[in-house]
Amino acid sequence: MFRKAACVFPEKRRVNSAPHAPDQQDWLLPAEPRSAGDAPWPSPAGVHIMRLAGVAVNAVGDMAMREASEVETFDATAVNSARVRQPLYAARKKIFPKRAEGRFRRFKWIVMLITLGVYYLTPWIRWNRGAFAPDQGVLVDLANRRFYFFPIEIWPQEFYFVAGLLIMAGFGLFLLTSTVGRAWCGYTCPQTVWVDLFLVVERAIEGERNARIKLDAAPWSANKLFRRIAKHAIWLLIAVLTGGAWIFYFADAPTLARELATGQAAPVAYMTIAILTGTTYVFGGLMREQVCTYMCPWPRIQAAMLDENSLTVTYNDWRGEPRSRHAKKAAAAGQVIGDCVDCNACVAVCPMGIDIRDGQQLECITCALCIDACDNVMDKIGKERGLISYATLAEYESNRLLATAGGASAIDPRRVRDASGRLSDKVATFHLKKLLRPRNLIYFAAWSAVGLGLIYALLTRERLQVNVLADRNPQYVVLSDGAIRNGFTVKLLNMIPEPRTFTVTLENLPGADMNVVGMDHPAGRSFSVEVEPDKLKTLKVFVRQPHDSIAGPKQSFRFVVQDTASHESAQYDATFESPMEPVR
Amino acid sequence: MSEKQIDEISGVSTTGHEWDGIKELDNPMPRWWLIVYYATVVWAAAYVIAYPAWPLISKATTGLLGYSSRGEVRQELDAAQAAKADYVAGIRDKTVAQILADEKLRTFATAAGAAAFKVNCVQCHGSGAQGSPGYPNLNDDEWLWGGKPEDIHKTIAHGVRFAEDADTRVSEMPAFGGMLEPKQITDVATYVASLSGRAGDATPAVLSAGKEIFAQNCAACHGADGKGNRELGAPNLTDAIWFYGSSPEAIAQQIRAPKHGVMPAWSARLGDVTVKELAVYVHSLGGGE
Repeated sequence: MFRKAACVFPEKRRVNSAPHAPDQQDWLLPAEPRSAGDAPWPSPAGVHIMRLAGVAVNAVGDMAMREASEVETFDATAVNSARVRQPLYAARKKIFPKRAEGRFRRFKWIVMLITLGVYYLTPWIRWNRGAFAPDQGVLVDLANRRFYFFPIEIWPQEFYFVAGLLIMAGFGLFLLTSTVGRAWCGYTCPQTVWVDLFLVVERAIEGERNARIKLDAAPWSANKLFRRIAKHAIWLLIAVLTGGAWIFYFADAPTLARELATGQAAPVAYMTIAILTGTTYVFGGLMREQVCTYMCPWPRIQAAMLDENSLTVTYNDWRGEPRSRHAKKAAAAGQVIGDCVDCNACVAVCPMGIDIRDGQQLECITCALCIDACDNVMDKIGKERGLISYATLAEYESNRLLATAGGASAIDPRRVRDASGRLSDKVATFHLKKLLRPRNLIYFAAWSAVGLGLIYALLTRERLQVNVLADRNPQYVVLSDGAIRNGFTVKLLNMIPEPRTFTVTLENLPGADMNVVGMDHPAGRSFSVEVEPDKLKTLKVFVRQPHDSIAGPKQSFRFVVQDTASHESAQYDATFESPMEPVR
Repeated sequence: MSEKQIDEISGVSTTGHEWDGIKELDNPMPRWWLIVYYATVVWAAAYVIAYPAWPLISKATTGLLGYSSRGEVRQELDAAQAAKADYVAGIRDKTVAQILADEKLRTFATAAGAAAFKVNCVQCHGSGAQGSPGYPNLNDDEWLWGGKPEDIHKTIAHGVRFAEDADTRVSEMPAFGGMLEPKQITDVATYVASLSGRAGDATPAVLSAGKEIFAQNCAACHGADGKGNRELGAPNLTDAIWFYGSSPEAIAQQIRAPKHGVMPAWSARLGDVTVKELAVYVHSLGGGE
C-alpha cells in the first residue's frame, strides 16, 4: 500500500476514473457497491479493462445488424476518436470540502488562531530599547542592517544566529515528520492555514458543501453573482491584509501604517503588498490543493523522511472492509462485513479531495479531518472510533496480517475482534513510547545541540568589538627623525543602543605612541573616544616608535579597548612593521 | 525512447521514458500550468513592445517605455551627484583647514580625495602615496614646500616647476659639477651625509673641509645648520628622509648635476573642489601639519 502510493504520479487515480467531461464529479459521488471486498480500492486495471470491454460490446452489436452483408469488420478505434482522446491539459476538479467537527478540527482552529495571530500582531508589539533604538519588538531593519528580536539585537556579522535557526528549523522538520508525519503540512503550513481561512469565508457566503455544489452548477443569476463577488472581495481583502502585515516587519509599524494610509510609503512597500496580495489570493483562493500537489517540493522530500514507524493518517481497512452501505441487510444475509459503511464522509470533508481509503497518497496533507468525520459516524453507528486514525505503517501491516490470517485470505474483520465483538488484544495500537526510537532521538539531539549552541553563543557574545586593519601600502613610513610609523584602521563596534566611551590603549611596543587622524590630542599610549549608540566608529590610528626602540622588523603588540563605564573590554593583536635595515 | 506502454496501475500510457525502472506517465498537464504558459507568452509580447528588443542596423528598437540601460546609469549618476551636492558646496566654500576641522566634510573629502588620487596621482607617487626616488613620499613628515593644509593645497593647485602656471613652485639647485673640484664635491657630500649620521668612517679633515665648502656654497639655501628652507623648496639635509638617495655617492651625484622633478598644476584640470579634496586626503596620510 505504502510502496504503491508513495511513488506514483499524483494524478494516477483521478485519471484512472477520468476520461470524462471535466465537470463530472463521479469520484465524489457515492461509489458503486463493490462485490470484491478484499481490496480497499477497486483495481484500476480492472476498471480500464471493463471500459474497453464496453467499447467492444458496442462493436459487436453493430456487427450483428450487418451480419447479412458478411463484410469483414475490425475491432479498431480511431486514435483521435472523442472516446479515447485525452485533453492536452486537465482542468482542475473542483473540491467543496464539508466542514468537519471534532477534536482535530478544534485543534486546527486553535493552530490557525495562533499562527495567524502571531503573523498579524507581532509587528505591533512594542519593546522599549531606550532612546537610541527602535521600540518595535520584532524588526528587520534593512536600511540600518540590524535585526531586532525583543531583547536580542543582531548585527549583519552575527547572521550565523539566523543560519543556526534555519538549521534548527530543518532538523525540527525532520523530527516532526519522522514522528508525526506530515503534521507541518496538515496544521501549520501557511498554505494550509490560509486555505482554511479562505474556506471559512467561502462557507459563510456560499453555504455548506451541498449548497456550494448547487451554486456552482447553477446558471449565473444575481444571487450567484453577488455571492461570488462578495467571496472574492473578502478573499482579496484578506490577501491585502496578509501582504500588508508582512511589510510591517521591515519598518516601524505605526509609522508605516500612517504612511500607507496617506500614500506616502515607499513604492517598494506598495509593490510588496501587491505581490503578496496576488500570491495569497491566487494560492489560497484559486489554486488551493494544487499548490500542494503540483508546486510544493516538500511532499516529495517528505517521503524520504517517513518510515514504517511514523504516524500517518491511515484508513484501517483491516476492520473496515468489506465495506457496505446496507450493514443490517448484509448481516442478516450472513455476509461478513467490516465497519466502513461507505458513507464517504471522509471524502466529503477532505480539502485535498482525495479518498483516504485508497491508502497513503502524495496528496494527503494529514490534516486529520477525515478522522473527525469518520469518528462521528462511528459514534452514530455505535462502533469504536478509529476506523480512520493516526497509525504507523508497522501497526497497520501487523493488523492487516491479523485480519487476513497472514495474507492467506481476504480481509475478514472477525479476526480482529474477540468473542464479545470488541477489538481483540492482538490488535496493535499506538503507544507514545514508540516515538522514542533512535532515529527520532538523533534528530532531537541534533536539534537540541544546535539550539544549545545558539543559546550559548547568544549569552557569551561580545557587545564591544574591535577590528584592526594594518596599512599594507606602505607597510611603514620613515619619519624625518628616523622613527617608524605604522598606520592602522581601527574599527570600534559599540553593539548596544547606548552611547559609550572607550579607552584605546597600546600594550607592548616600548617607546611607541599613537595619534588619531581628526582627533586633537597629544600623541600618547592611550586615548578615549565616544562611540555613538549601536554604531561602528572607524579611526585612522598612526602608531609611531622611535628608531632606538625598534627591536626588529616585526614586533607584536596589542590594541586594548575598554569601556570606561562597564570595564567590558576587547583586544586585537597586531604587528608593527619596520625596515629590515636600521634607518640610522 | 521505447514503445509506448499502458501503465498497469493507472491505465495511463507512458511517455516511453524510463529511468532505472521508473516510467513517466503521459498525464495531461494541469490547466493552471497552461495558463501560466500563456501568461509568459503575453508577457514576452508586451516586453518586446515596451522595452528595447529588436536589433536594427544601427541600433535597436527603443520600446514604448523609452528605457535604456545607459539612461539608467545616467539617472543613477545624477542621483549620486545630487546626493553629494551639499558636501561639494561645503568644500567649495571652505578652506582646506576649515574642511579638516569639520568631521563630516573631512570624511567626505578624504574619501573623494582618495578616489581622485588613485586616478591622477598614483602614476608618480604610488598607490599608497609612498613615492619613489625623485617622487616624494607623502606619508612622512618631511615637506619640501610645507605640510600645512594651505601649503599642500597650493602645491597641488599650481604644481612644481610647471611652466604653464605662473604661480607654480620654483626652485633650482645649481649644478656644482662645473663650479667645484671633484674632491670638493665628495668632501661636501661626505659632510652632508654626516649631518644625519651617514658618513661612515670619514676623517675629521674631510668633514671640516666639507663643512667649509657647505658654508660657502650651500648654506644660503639649505641654511647654516643644513635644515633647509621651505620658502625656497630647499630640503632639510639633517633628517632621515632622502629624495634622491642617502649615500655619500648619491648625495655627490645630486650636487654635481641635480635632478629636478616637475609636478603639473591640477587646479585647471580637476577644479578647485577636487584639488581641495586631494589636499585633505594627502594631509590625512599622516604627515600633515
